[in-house]
Amino acid sequence: MAPLATVMVSPSQAPSQTQQPAPGTPPAASPPATSPQGGVAGSGGAPFGAQAQQSGLNIVVLDPAHGGTDPGARGTGGIRESEIVLDFVIQVRRVLELQGFQVVQTRQGNENPSFDDRSATANAQRGAVFVTLHISSTGLPGTVRVYVNSDLPPVADSHGLIPWDRAQGPFLGLSRMFGDLVQGYLTQRFKGSPDAAQTASVRQLRTTAAPAIAVEISSVTVEDRADLDRMAPGVADAIARGAAAFKPSYVVPNTRGVLP
Amino acid sequence: MTPRWKFWLIGGLVIAVLAAAIYFPILRRRVKRAAKLQQQSEEQARRELTQPIAINPGDPRVKTKLFWASDTIDSTLIPVTVEMPLSNDPVLRSKQVLNTLLAGPVDAELRTLPPDALLLAFYLLPDGTAIADFSEALATSIPSGIVSEQLAVNSITRTLEANVPQVQRLKILIHGQEVETLAGHLDLAEAFVVNTKPAQPPVKSAPAQTSPDKPATPASDKAPAPAPGPLTADKPPGKLAQPERKP
Repeated sequence: MAPLATVMVSPSQAPSQTQQPAPGTPPAASPPATSPQGGVAGSGGAPFGAQAQQSGLNIVVLDPAHGGTDPGARGTGGIRESEIVLDFVIQVRRVLELQGFQVVQTRQGNENPSFDDRSATANAQRGAVFVTLHISSTGLPGTVRVYVNSDLPPVADSHGLIPWDRAQGPFLGLSRMFGDLVQGYLTQRFKGSPDAAQTASVRQLRTTAAPAIAVEISSVTVEDRADLDRMAPGVADAIARGAAAFKPSYVVPNTRGVLP
Repeated sequence: MTPRWKFWLIGGLVIAVLAAAIYFPILRRRVKRAAKLQQQSEEQARRELTQPIAINPGDPRVKTKLFWASDTIDSTLIPVTVEMPLSNDPVLRSKQVLNTLLAGPVDAELRTLPPDALLLAFYLLPDGTAIADFSEALATSIPSGIVSEQLAVNSITRTLEANVPQVQRLKILIHGQEVETLAGHLDLAEAFVVNTKPAQPPVKSAPAQTSPDKPATPASDKAPAPAPGPLTADKPPGKLAQPERKP
């Protein structure tokens, strides 16, 4: 049985499914944030009735997938997904920091934290979004897909606790909004990519208590690694622009222990 | 040692070396052939163990929808209609369609599942939850990535959805074990929704189906993978239906 999250959640304060902007909507055209109800997760567990001042998104948690003994997808030319995503993350980090975001990585080198460890890194932050980066084995080379997690069953129990393995549940609407924004910018840059974020049961996203997306780049089948490396600036720019466009929509109560 | 003995000794050694040089490649070929035969026997035994028994010729031939990859739109599924005999029993029927799906389309490029993957067992619980146990190859031979793993699972769930209305949810096991992901990405912790409509009344004479009073038991009969008829795409490919969590 998965451990329960330390997150206290009032069912009545679960995040509302906010309206979603059209994919690719530029930041200026993004709808202003509707005031989120509830609050985010934390380990403090303040009373639910506490007055919650609100602050915005300021942290982006970047997750280079795989690592260590798990190389991820491997191309015929010796391309290893675990190495490329780490290089991509460095570029994404640089662009995000230029925009004023604080960036946290789930791994710095060639190690392989567990899914739960990576989620724990994100869940320990307040006012964060989570982006896990992947390179696929298949798909049209030169395209990029954004995924948000599939629907999860209702979360909070009678005590308002969210099970760890359902941590993404209250954030699905926000994740969809964030995913559509990033996908829109990616599609402008990488023709042939989908117009909107896709839905999939991505294991890494399920235990993450934050707006969370998976970005998967196609693919390790390219003959030359340089073909992938050339995509990195565009991917970094799209994620950063997506995060900036999403920022007004994600207002996080300062009170710990409640969800957005 | 006299020079005469030396001559005979050296001559004998030369003859032995020549004989070895001639015989060694033959011996190597024989060893390789024997190893190959042994490997084939093991593979044959494995397949005989897991392959279905012959289909009941009395089963009606019905149009069956199988979901394989589209050859025109990247990373999408397309339904292909195959006329084949299908059992009325939901467990046997599920095994038949899944084995046909595993056998793959004529164009190997359009496969969604690895060619060496096998369906080891299939169970159907009274509440409509099915449990499909696949061999390890499903996880180890599939191309790594969200898109490919999702395509594989969607081809399974949509094929069941189209042909076996009694299956409402599907839990996937790998070699009898629950696994966290299919190949590092797609979450297999929970069952996937297959049919959202209420299940059809149970079909009569379904010996392999579990009764509501009993826990699920594996169907003892093996479903065959009959040779598919001509394959015809019956509608343009659409976007993938996304797997959903059971409520």
